[in-house]
Amino acid sequence: MSEEKKLPNPSELKEEILAKYPPKIARKRAKSMVINDTKLDQEIQSNVRTIPGIITQRGCTYAGCKGVVLGPTRDIINLVHGPIGCSFYAWLTRRNQTDPGPEGPDGENFINYCFSTDMQDDNIVFGGEKKLKEAIQEAYDIFKPKAIGVFSTCPVGLIGDDVHAVSKEMKEKLGDCNVFGFSCEGYKGVSQSAGHHIANNQLFKHVVGNDDTKPEGKFNINLLGEYNIGGDGFEIDRIFKKCGINVVCTFSGNSTMGAFEQSHMADLNLVMCHRSINYMAEMLETKFGIPWMKVNFIGGESTAKALRKIGEYFEDAELIARIEEVIAEELPLVQARAAEARKYTAGKLAMLFVGGSRAHHYQELFKELEMETVSAGYEFGHRDDYEGRKVLPTIKVDADSRNIEELKVEADPERFNPRASDIKLETLQKKGLEVSDYKGMKSDMADNSLIVDDITHWETEKLIDFYKPDIFCAGIKEKYVVQKSGIPLKQLHSYDYGGPYAGFNGAINFYTDIETMLSTTIWKKLKAPWLSKPSTDPSLIAEYVA
Amino acid sequence: MLLRHTPKEIKERKALTINPAKTCQPVGAMYAALGIHGCLPHSHGSQGCCSYHRSVLTRHYKDPIMAGTSSFTEGSSVFGGQANLLQAIANMFTIYDPDLVAIHSTCLSETIGDDLNQIAQKAIDDGKVPEGKKVIFCNTPSYIGSHVTGFSNMCTGIVKGLAEHTGVARDQVNILPGWVEPSDMREIKRIAEAMGARIVMYPDTSDVVDTPQTGEYKMYPDGGTSVEAIASSGDSIKTLALGKWASEDAAKLLDSKFKVPFDVLDIPVGLSATDRFVEALANAAKVSIPDSFVAERGRLVDVISDMSQYLHGRKVALFGDPDQLIPLTEFLLDLDMIPTHIVSGTPGKKFTERIKELCAERAPNVNVKNGPQADIFQLHQWMKNEPVDLLMGNTYGKYIARDEDVPFVRYGFPILDRIGHSYFPSIGYTGGIRLLEKILGTIMDKIDRDSDGTDFELVM
Repeated sequence: MSEEKKLPNPSELKEEILAKYPPKIARKRAKSMVINDTKLDQEIQSNVRTIPGIITQRGCTYAGCKGVVLGPTRDIINLVHGPIGCSFYAWLTRRNQTDPGPEGPDGENFINYCFSTDMQDDNIVFGGEKKLKEAIQEAYDIFKPKAIGVFSTCPVGLIGDDVHAVSKEMKEKLGDCNVFGFSCEGYKGVSQSAGHHIANNQLFKHVVGNDDTKPEGKFNINLLGEYNIGGDGFEIDRIFKKCGINVVCTFSGNSTMGAFEQSHMADLNLVMCHRSINYMAEMLETKFGIPWMKVNFIGGESTAKALRKIGEYFEDAELIARIEEVIAEELPLVQARAAEARKYTAGKLAMLFVGGSRAHHYQELFKELEMETVSAGYEFGHRDDYEGRKVLPTIKVDADSRNIEELKVEADPERFNPRASDIKLETLQKKGLEVSDYKGMKSDMADNSLIVDDITHWETEKLIDFYKPDIFCAGIKEKYVVQKSGIPLKQLHSYDYGGPYAGFNGAINFYTDIETMLSTTIWKKLKAPWLSKPSTDPSLIAEYVA
Repeated sequence: MLLRHTPKEIKERKALTINPAKTCQPVGAMYAALGIHGCLPHSHGSQGCCSYHRSVLTRHYKDPIMAGTSSFTEGSSVFGGQANLLQAIANMFTIYDPDLVAIHSTCLSETIGDDLNQIAQKAIDDGKVPEGKKVIFCNTPSYIGSHVTGFSNMCTGIVKGLAEHTGVARDQVNILPGWVEPSDMREIKRIAEAMGARIVMYPDTSDVVDTPQTGEYKMYPDGGTSVEAIASSGDSIKTLALGKWASEDAAKLLDSKFKVPFDVLDIPVGLSATDRFVEALANAAKVSIPDSFVAERGRLVDVISDMSQYLHGRKVALFGDPDQLIPLTEFLLDLDMIPTHIVSGTPGKKFTERIKELCAERAPNVNVKNGPQADIFQLHQWMKNEPVDLLMGNTYGKYIARDEDVPFVRYGFPILDRIGHSYFPSIGYTGGIRLLEKILGTIMDKIDRDSDGTDFELVM
């Protein structure tokens, strides 16, 4: 960023925000609000407990496990063990698109269904294991699914129902159905993030590696941390197909149990959402020898960059040439659309408070629109998502994180097969490819931009007052709060029911949607016209008319 | 097919709920609490509860829904949530300055046995509640009842925490509107005003969840029943409780605590229930029913008689909440439609009794089920066995409607994919016309769509 365009220093804003808080809370929040200085290694406090009563964006562990990671898989019955609400709220609300194809044996799709044991008070008092077993049996009898996942909600952990034992028993009893449980009670961890980790662990334990069939493609990859919201995964798949890259499995957009089972046969893992899926990438590397690279398919240039990384990894001249052809064919259209959109967007300000990766990834799209990101932060990110994986050894493991199981993974005695030599990986790393690495959001943000982790409602209001952004990106709970302040909000969990925003076509969609939002007439007509007119005395007006 | 795995063959289920026709208590408590002016609802449990409830209410209203959470961790689940709640109360008053905080519990805090009464009192004793501010609470264990039970429990909590008795009778009638839309609450106020009836109505979410866009965000919007008005309800002459499930308990408490007698009425959905409401209100408030109401009623009757041929004998499947489904069933019978399949996830024996009573003469074969495993999956299976001409229910019905090619009217909670419910009432005579407009619109659109061209009608 050039000197003259330097962002305003938000020190006073930060002081004003903190002044409202009781001293202890002010001290805690101060560490989660960092004025970016790209020259410094600054610690951004994150993945710590939310302060009760502060009004947070965050959800729970169950949401991260069932809603985010397992939700997009179509041929598993996700049975929620608990009172009805947990399953009800996670029913179709995340827009994970899936393509089950024609009906028939391969056309399984349970995503439109909601399954629950609907625990009642007698289950709380006497235990719910019996009901859970019955519910699994009933689900099996009606649907004959190949897998059933059992998700624990808050009371389950407290009353001591053992979902793992029940799942094991029912798996043995049913014979042809993989039943496995998740201890993802909502109170675990400090946010959805713990649920991602738990989901990764159980998928790795119970599913990954169950099918050693060699994939048919020449360049076999897995795409990790891409959930096919609004069809993002479909667009990325389209580009891969065009380049001749075979996706063995996506974790977990448009996924199937079969794809998970075979995922260890891929030769490269590409990580989109580092926060939710880095565990899987690491475990697949340790156990099976598949290296991983951080990529970002959000933004036209980023998509081209991600594709080139794959080419460089496979070191195949034909693949590299094909990738360049695809980029040459598609990127200019994207760039042309960006140039048009920039008439409306250039110089405008954006703020992003969302997720564990989107607040970073979407800054690329805003850059392409020549919009400035003045402030950003994650809802449930960790320090490595801000500061990069280099800080991993220095992250203090607190009580909340210690309670989340860390799987002990070792190289598989038979199936471990390093897909690339250490020397090769080192060379790629030196070229700037993020091999087994993620540099985080901070280094991509401008000096003086304000990074805020787990932003509160109070902070949101103050930031809006200070920056008067042109676009605010967050989720449904924030949507109308911000819009009632006169500022359009782009939902980056649900895309406001639009998308896809990934890949080349997605970038074009995003430019169009942002241009639309910034040129929407109604924002200029929020005030009643008579309120801004000087004369308001009706008797005077009446006299004049008479 | 969207629900391609739903078989026609019905297998009895005892443990598994599929596609529920209910959700859990706390969301109802949160919605009810929003109907008090200056109130910040608070969810005492894990963050996810609060996040989910705020999300679904926001999607339903497309308006800000604010609430706090105790943000339980594993530690608070083991040692109890008192410290979290005390801190939350202090923080909400310090940072967000509400007039009052309305706390509801969750399955988590109920299972560990947190005593909200004791914790709220401790917050007051410890000086965490500023002078003149209030804390009210209710217990909403998610494993009992449904979202409607939670709404009812918060109504009771409001009476318990805010209603007072001064000994001086007030010439006013309490109306507990039940779980209805802000548009419906606004309509109740209009009806009362037109009749010259003095009422205190709570909760009242009009001007809270249907706020105007002015470019200025108000954390506490202009609407909601004031704490003073609620306080005065202990001195009222009568309470009209609309909806047995949502309002009866609060009315009973007003009676037992302050000797305010009550009548439980159906929510005034459709012709007959509105007739009863209007007469009951006139009697309670000792006012006469204005002539304009004869005309208002007459307009509804006129539409029914004009369009009867498109309604008569058509079968309807319904799902939703008891307080709505009962008068809606009665309305459909007034239209000579045939309520055929009815489910509600909300338990309560009285529901099937009332429905069977209503349908005894004209729809004696009605399939009706509520409580455990009374879900939309069951309803869909019934529809596969006995097809219907119309489906009414919340947004989740659209998956069935598309698969079965059945005209669909969105009615109930939540409606996530259409607007209108916040703004146009579906209660009272005028609301009856709106419901009819929607029912007829969707039925007639299908007639138009299915016409082969030779019988495509200009005039219908």
